[in-house]
Parts: sequence; C-alpha cells; structure tokens
Amino acid sequence: MSNYSMKDIEWAKINKDVLKSLESPRKSFWVVLGVCLVLVLIGVAAEAYQYQEGLGVALMNRPHFWQLYISNFVFWIGMSHSGTLLSAILLLTKADWRKPIYRFAEAMTLFSILTAAIFPVIHLGRVWDMYWVLPYPNQRTIWPNFRSPLLWDAAAITTYATSSALFLYIGMIPDLAICRDNAKGWRKKLYSALSMGWMGRAREWIAFRKTYVLMACFLVPLAVSVHSIVASDFAMSIMPDWHITSFPPYFVAGALYSGCAAIITLFVLLRHVFRFEEYMTTEIMDKTAKLTFAIAMVWNYLNLSEYASIWYSNDMFEKEVLIEKFTGPYAPIVWGMLLCATVAPFAMAFKKVRHNMWAMFWLSLVLQLGMWLERFQIVSPPLASNHEPWTWAVVWPGLVQLSITLASFGWFTMLFLIFCKIFPSVSMYEVKEMVFHRRHASSRAELQDLDKVKEEMIKTEEGLHHGA
Amino acid sequence: MALKRMIENWSRLRKRDYYEDSPFMWGMSIDLNKCIGCGACVTACYAENNLPVVGKEHYATGHAMHWMRIERYWEEPEGETDIDIKDGEYPERGAHYIPMMCQQCNHAPCEPVCPVAATYHTTDHLNAQVYNRCVGSRYCGNNCPYKVRYFNFFDYWKDLPSPLEMQLNPDLSVRSKGVMEKCTFCVQRIRAAKDQANDEGHPHHVEDGAVKTACQQSCPTQAIVFGNLRDPESEVAKQWEEHEVELGRHEQDKSEDLRGYRVLEELNVEPCVMYLDRVRDTEA
Repeated sequence: MSNYSMKDIEWAKINKDVLKSLESPRKSFWVVLGVCLVLVLIGVAAEAYQYQEGLGVALMNRPHFWQLYISNFVFWIGMSHSGTLLSAILLLTKADWRKPIYRFAEAMTLFSILTAAIFPVIHLGRVWDMYWVLPYPNQRTIWPNFRSPLLWDAAAITTYATSSALFLYIGMIPDLAICRDNAKGWRKKLYSALSMGWMGRAREWIAFRKTYVLMACFLVPLAVSVHSIVASDFAMSIMPDWHITSFPPYFVAGALYSGCAAIITLFVLLRHVFRFEEYMTTEIMDKTAKLTFAIAMVWNYLNLSEYASIWYSNDMFEKEVLIEKFTGPYAPIVWGMLLCATVAPFAMAFKKVRHNMWAMFWLSLVLQLGMWLERFQIVSPPLASNHEPWTWAVVWPGLVQLSITLASFGWFTMLFLIFCKIFPSVSMYEVKEMVFHRRHASSRAELQDLDKVKEEMIKTEEGLHHGA
Repeated sequence: MALKRMIENWSRLRKRDYYEDSPFMWGMSIDLNKCIGCGACVTACYAENNLPVVGKEHYATGHAMHWMRIERYWEEPEGETDIDIKDGEYPERGAHYIPMMCQQCNHAPCEPVCPVAATYHTTDHLNAQVYNRCVGSRYCGNNCPYKVRYFNFFDYWKDLPSPLEMQLNPDLSVRSKGVMEKCTFCVQRIRAAKDQANDEGHPHHVEDGAVKTACQQSCPTQAIVFGNLRDPESEVAKQWEEHEVELGRHEQDKSEDLRGYRVLEELNVEPCVMYLDRVRDTEA
C-alpha cells in the first residue's frame, strides 16, 4: 500500500494545516458548544434535584437498585479504550497508519474517562461521603473493603485516568513546541509552559521515544485490566446472568468495539470540519474499519458463547433471565442491540462502504447505539427477573436519569470541542515522520536501529557545535 | 494496627465458619403450615424497627421499606399454566404464604461487595448493617438473592407528622436518605438480653426465650421460632435437628416427615432461617 496520497505533502504545509484548526472558531462551533453547555446545565439541575430529594426521583427502586447510571458508566469506560488501543497497541505493533488519527483518539480516551467517572459518584446514595471508598488514613483506622469490585473500580479509574492524561500529554510535547513557536498572547504562555522547553534536540527525542514506548507498554495491560475490573462488578456478583466467567474478555472486546466506532465518528467529523482530507485518507479509514470489523466479530463470538454456555449449563435462574431477555419486556432492547451491533457491522465487509466516509459515519453511530443498548441490557433485565419471583418488576429509567445521560454526552462533546481548539488534534510530528518514511519507501522496509540513529544524531549535533 | 487487623480479618474469611468458637448463632424457624398470612409480624416489625410508612404512591413505585414481607404464591390448578383472576375472585385453593426477611446468611453475598464494609458479620453470626458507614452504592441490594435489603430512596422521616415522632423506638436510629437497611433479627433486643446475661454472670449463655423478635412475639399462630442455634436446648435448634436441616448442606432430604428447607440454599449462601414446608391435601 505504497500509494498513500499524503506522499508529497510539504512539512511546512502540515504545520500550517494543523495550526489552522486552532484558529478562531466558526459560528457553528459556538452553536454546538452552546447546545452542549445547555445539556450539561440540565444534567446539573437534575443532579441537584436528585441530591436534594434522594435517589428515588431517578425512579430506581427495589430490585432495580442499579440502572442507567451504571450502564452509562460501562459505556463511557468502554469508549475510553479506543485511544489506548489505537495509540498504544498500534504503536507497539508498529502500524504507522495510526499516526494521523491517534491524537484525537487519545483525547477521546481522557474525556470519556472524565465522563465515566461522574457516574459512580452521582449514583451513590450519600454522595457527600464518596471519599470513604478510598483507602486513606483516618482517625477511625477503618479500611475500605478490598474484596469489593467497587473499590477495585475506584482504583482502576483513577489509575487509568492519570496514565491516559500523561500518555496524551507526553505524546503532545513536540507538537506543543511547534504551537509555541507560532502562537501569540495567552496561547504563547500556555504552550511555553506545557512544552517544557522542548528544542527538538536528539537527546530529547531519544528520551521522548523511550518514555512514550514505556508508557504504551504500561497502558496496554492497564486498559485490559480496567475493563476486566468493570466487568467484575457484574461477574463477581451472585445475580443470574451477571455471574458469568466470560464477562471480563467480553467487556474488553465490547469496549474496544464501541471505542473504534467512536473513533470512526470523530474521524469523519474532524476530516470534514478541519479539511484534513490529505491526512485522514480513505486508506486509513479502510484500515480502521477492518480493525473495527475484526473486533466486532470477537465481541460477537463472546456474546454468542455466553448465550450458549447459559443455555447448556441448564441453570434454572440464568436460563429464565435469558429467555426473559429475548421474549420479555426488555426484548426490543436486546433485539435492537443484536441488529445494531451484530448484523450492522457486516456492512463493513464491503469495500464500497469502507471507502464511503458518510456511510461509515452513520454506520459508526449505529454501532455505538448497539453498544449502548448492550450495556443497558446487561444491567437491567437480570434485575427484573432475579432469584426471587416475588420482587420481579420491570422499571424503565425516569426523566432524571435520562437527562443526566444526555448531559454526559453534552459534557463529553464540550470537552472534546474545547480540546480541538486549544491542542492540535492531529499529530504534526508523527505525520511528518510518516511522510518521510513514505518518501524513502526503501527505508520503510526495515526499522532503523535506535542506537545507530542516536550515534548519528549526536555526531550531527557535535558537528553543529563545532561549526558555531 | 489497622493493617494487622485487616490481615486478621482476611485470614478469618478463608474459613467456612467465621466464628466457630462463638457461643451464639441466632437462627429462626418458620412453620408455613401455621402461617395464615395475616401480616401481624410485618406490622410489629414496622413498630419495633422505626420503619417508615411510605404510602400508596411510593409503594407502587417499589420504594416500600418493609423489612419483613408476606410473599403470596398461588398454586396453579391442575392442567393450567397460569391462574386467571377475574373481578377480584381468587382460586379456591388459596395461596401459599412465605414471610420473607433477611435470612442472615453465613456466606452473605451482600458482605464482600460493599466497598466501605458497611455490612459485615458479627460474632453472633448476624449479618449487620452499619448505617453510619453506608455510602449507598446499593451493590449489596443487587447481590442479595432474596432482595430483602431496603434502600432509603427518600428522607422518609421528614414526612412523619408531629407528634408521631414520639412513638419511635429509642433503642435504634432513624435512618436518613441514601442508606441501606434490612432486618436485623431485632438486634437491639438481642443486645439487651446479652447485656442482662452478662450482668447475671453468664455472658456465654442467653436463656432460650429471653430474646423474642417482634415478628415472633406478634405471630398469632406462633409460626415463628427464634433462638440460639448453638444452644442445643433451644427450641429453634431442636426444630432444626428434628427436620435434619443443618449448615453446610445445600439440599435437604424431602421425605414425608421432613419438611425443613432453607430458601435458595442451593446458592451456598447458608441462610440461618429454616422454613417448614406447607403440607396440603392434594385430593381435596
């Protein structure tokens, strides 16, 4: 695949194009930002009402102790896995087509964790005591319960949020230096502080590369463990249809799946809005779509094997829940999920679809809807038909939960929009690298030895000093 | 110190019976043959344990707070898959009643999932709930197979018209919103009886009948028997022995005379409440 159309882009043009995306926003930007802000404010109002009155206003009850808040939490945590996948795993496997698209995927990771982290908090009955979940030294010498998956959640989320933020920031330093060199006013101050005096010296690049790869190595197992822990919230319980051994890999696959779909959505939008056609090419979309398709198939396999294992286990309670899922009041959700997340991805088997940006855009939205429904049908139907028939009840989420759900989408979009205008959403230095490698197609075949590069660079620098 | 205590607690959890040496294991036996479903136990529980009466609307939305409830199951007539209730007329065969409350499981699924350890096992083999520690994650409620945990979805005490607060039981707290609660086997009465036994100089023995739970006290047919399972002389221990129900078994012998079983015992939660099956004349 040597005919990348970005072969002949000048390096200066890359800087110019990307920096242009940071310039004064259009009117439509403010409109979208305003809508998001309104959504967030509605959510804040709903939360204030719920805080004042008690969680009953969210229409959760017994046995539906958990509902949309938890499914949204799983959804957003799932979405946060895409950035790590594209950035870290593809970096380690040296798939260089990730380069023009990984920056916004990483930003998406950070912002979806920040969205996800809201939910376990507002879902607590006594929000004001939420810090009790953390193991901090206190005069009562009380520890939290380390056996509880919720505690593991708290640890996993904080670790993942911190390392994702670091990974995003470290990867951005060379670009922030480019921004610094081209900015004025408050931006100049911001970029100067953030780029930490990056000069682009060889030593800096070497240190940078090492840190970056090290962070990637750390992030990959972390991401897998984070969603496995989220899956443990369900798998470690005794509830029928939650207590499933295959949940951790199933959740990780589902997370990567919805994350990839979200990347495709933002890919098309950024490409269109910022006119990044030269960087975000059809070939890259093709590869992303293929990756999404592969992950979709893994997810499907795990989903179907879950059904099969429940069916053949002949566990009375689990079978009941399974049958209830497909025929009961939640059946539209389950069938909707299967339609959106199992049937729809087969469209990506066709090259025509993969190469059509807007077709991929709508398809990615359908996939995400499917995955959102999947999270809902994981949480609610087992509670509706649990071990105790006397308590069986079907409950749908109320207005408070729905408005907070909408607010979470507004919150995420708002953060992302602000990010796009302050930080370069396409990695300039990595695109340059990519163009360089494409130009010297021969050098692409074998990867350069780091030590050799180091020696050469140091020699060059010394030469420069001698010259001066 | 705290770390040492935590490790001690953990090593204890590895055992099947947390507190083997404890002289107390409070248990119950409920004879469904005797239960007439009158609901006196439920009312007594409301009065004893400061349970909020939530009213019609909150009851309809599933926010009721009855620690004890009478479950009603209709026997399906022969050959019919579902009973057909028309104009409030119920089938003649009548209902099965099961008073359901916290089963004080020995392997309580609610305990390990609480992030702040607000629910734990006491040395009396009670499944305790610490209201002050609860942050309201409601994980315990989800994980309870009997669904007998009740969450304060609202601040119900605010609706209590004056001077009704004067009739609240001073022996236990009034819970605020955002806190989980459940049947305690009237722990305030158990504590009082144990204190008295301590004063009388026999801290390891509480006389059978010295503790009566509110539901037991008010049952007109005396279907509920409560006592110390570790005391072989107690009524409840005798009943357990008679019906050959014991801890550690997940399936009971179903023969003519043995009516004892524990609800959902196949889940290995080791409940401390034994039910005695209702015997019916199927020919009638």
